[in-house]
Amino acid sequence: MAAPKPRVKIPKSAAAGEVVTIKTLISHDMESGQRKDKDGNVIPRQIINKFTCEFNGKPVFTCDVEPAISANPYFEFTAKVMESGTFKFAWVDDNGETYTHEQAIEVK
Amino acid sequence: MQVTRRQALGLSLGLSAGALAIVALGPGLNAARADEAATDKSLMELTGGKTPEMGKITLNAPEIAENGNTVPISISVDSEMTESSYVESVTLLADGNPNPAVATFHFSPMSGEATATTRMRLAKTQNVVAVAKMSDGSVFMDKKLVKVTIGGCGG
Repeated sequence: MAAPKPRVKIPKSAAAGEVVTIKTLISHDMESGQRKDKDGNVIPRQIINKFTCEFNGKPVFTCDVEPAISANPYFEFTAKVMESGTFKFAWVDDNGETYTHEQAIEVK
Repeated sequence: MQVTRRQALGLSLGLSAGALAIVALGPGLNAARADEAATDKSLMELTGGKTPEMGKITLNAPEIAENGNTVPISISVDSEMTESSYVESVTLLADGNPNPAVATFHFSPMSGEATATTRMRLAKTQNVVAVAKMSDGSVFMDKKLVKVTIGGCGG
């Protein structure tokens, strides 16, 4: 699996108090631990097990992820923005790595 | 009437075939009941024994999933999402998957709306259940049957 790449879509600007839609995607095989290789050995589980989104340091949305979530996990959710700031996203891998992404939004 | 050897053989074969059929069916039946039982158990653990009410939460899932590897689903909960009244979490369960747990979304008053969309794996035709836990302790659920043409367990 190549290094997981996150992609996030948020509007560049919003009005104060507006609810914006955030779309997130990360490339990841999400190996469930259910598959067997051609020799019959179980392919070990390796998934993104947690996704978090914060805005200006405060948690907005978190997802506890199980192997039933499809490969290249997609999460779409909303956030109510009152001021300008930065969204921080993090995806935690079973192998201990965390992949992060930041994106700013201007709130008028 | 005297039973011929042919008749006796036929009878015993028939009986053993019947017995085998029941034995073969047994584990299958048990497996199906085990999936639903596992999901009910997860549900009760989640709600602390409370039976969820229907309503407030809507689970959107396709009636037929062409590819069980990636089935789009979304949830939406009717809630003000203010500090005093909001949705704490929504948990998704699938009663026919190897493990019923799918994901749990945690919201906050900063979410604006309690909605979320994702894509999930469904091993076969089954029910997807969404359970919402509110900040006041109440629990709601919605359930949809999704027919799956190609199962999504990668096997």
